[in-house]
Amino acid sequence: MTDNAWIGAALAAARPQAVSALLRYFRQLDTAEEAFQEACLRAIRTWPDKGPPRDPTAWLIFVGRNSGVDAIRKSRRNVALPPEDRLSDLDDAEANIAERLDGEHYRDDILRLLFICCHPDLPANQQIALALRIIAGVPTARIARAFLVSETAMEQRITRAKARIAANDTPFDPPDAVARQERIGTVALMLYLVFNEGYSRGHADPAAAQLCDEAIRLTRLLLQLFPAQPEIMGLCALMLLQHSRSPARTDVSGQIVLLDAQDRALWSRPKIAEGLALVDKALRHGTPGSYQVQAAIAAQHARARHAQDTDWAAIDRLYQILEVIQPSPVITLNRAVAVSKSRGPAAALALIAPLADQLDNYFHFHGVRGGLLQQLGNATAARLAFNRAIALANSPAEAAHIRAHLDALSAPALPDPAAAAK
Amino acid sequence: MQYAILCYNDENAVASWTKEEDDACMARLAKVQGDMAAKGKMGPVARLLPTTAATTLRKSATGTMVIDGPFAETKEQFLGFYVVEADTLDEAIAFAKDLAVANPGIGAYELRPVSLFFPNTIAVGSGAT
Repeated sequence: MTDNAWIGAALAAARPQAVSALLRYFRQLDTAEEAFQEACLRAIRTWPDKGPPRDPTAWLIFVGRNSGVDAIRKSRRNVALPPEDRLSDLDDAEANIAERLDGEHYRDDILRLLFICCHPDLPANQQIALALRIIAGVPTARIARAFLVSETAMEQRITRAKARIAANDTPFDPPDAVARQERIGTVALMLYLVFNEGYSRGHADPAAAQLCDEAIRLTRLLLQLFPAQPEIMGLCALMLLQHSRSPARTDVSGQIVLLDAQDRALWSRPKIAEGLALVDKALRHGTPGSYQVQAAIAAQHARARHAQDTDWAAIDRLYQILEVIQPSPVITLNRAVAVSKSRGPAAALALIAPLADQLDNYFHFHGVRGGLLQQLGNATAARLAFNRAIALANSPAEAAHIRAHLDALSAPALPDPAAAAK
Repeated sequence: MQYAILCYNDENAVASWTKEEDDACMARLAKVQGDMAAKGKMGPVARLLPTTAATTLRKSATGTMVIDGPFAETKEQFLGFYVVEADTLDEAIAFAKDLAVANPGIGAYELRPVSLFFPNTIAVGSGAT
């Protein structure tokens, strides 16, 4: 944070609110973005000498709005821009606009901007790219690196997404209570997708891992706007608790380290502290939801100093709640891992037996099943299940992990598999 | 006498520092604290997690109520504090100026004389870091 790095931080912090206010004003995403860019350029030119304005966000909105209006006028007549020193001397105007910003509008402004990025016509990868570019301000080149595509391809993806949004009218009237709740839910899901994109590939790719930090930042922003929504607290906690383990998820050779084997001293204590505080305060509301329960499960792991301290019976109970809220064979499969730890492999095997048809093409099903059979000493059936898992593996790392189990089948001591618990 | 140096800043701006920027800033602040500690004048220091993780217990005539976060819509949030021993206000201001050099930009330090101080200790490592 030397020299003028603080300006970058101030601009990044102001971005969601400024762009969304400019969008309400211009009703056009490209114009709003360009107006914000122009305001940022002026900030970089004037703030180092004049010092930061009292309210950077209000300053950026005011300057952005002027430059956007000028750009529109300029395209019709040829009117000169006002001189820089006049634009920088905004004290009165600033106080004026700051007052209006504090009104109820800005919550719905930012929610609208987030919501626009999750338009149902947009495929998930376009939603994610758009949210990262427009709201978080992540440079296109960095998003491209995170998604393993060329910068040109990502540029096109974002342009296509914007064109689709422009063709659809998002209502600019403030949403009613029901519509607002729906928007919050849609936005939360999109943020979860951003996080998962980073989490699923972050262990192998630092560029993807940064998506987790961006997702957490945007979820904190949503929580600032709606501070009493337990599901948003749960989502934020879930991301923080999962991301807290990132430093321990790979070994020196880049191989995935499963939860049981991770060095818990490497887990990020500040992320765990923030995550646990959020889970606790969310659960006080007494309105459990899917994100909260998933976060509560992650919290059980975070609270265990050593793998053997894990309260698997509590995790089993939480998965049972999750099965009610969000019935899914994958959740039952995850619960089976907890059951195998608390009540033994036979009980877990009985739990997943009815899922065989539904999950026949699911890698983790055969991995978990093979592990349970292995623990029960049924080497032949275990080998069949592991071979099926290898055939369905999504990555070389997953296949390698199962092969290690196959190798262990011929060894006398049998390790404990927990493929689905990572 | 003792002064509490209360740190206010836009928590979103602080959260948008990169890990490298954050580490570098913390290292510079540690140097300022180290100089003060060498004089035997450095008390407890705390950096707080975001306000979104906060809970408020509100008191009233009819009892207490637990509510989420500080709802106040302020531009700057209370992000942490230092307690120092300073013979004069000028000395406390000089310390805060050193902090400001180590961590430049927007934000503010509020210097408040301490009325009561209990230097209790809790086990090292029970905090977040």
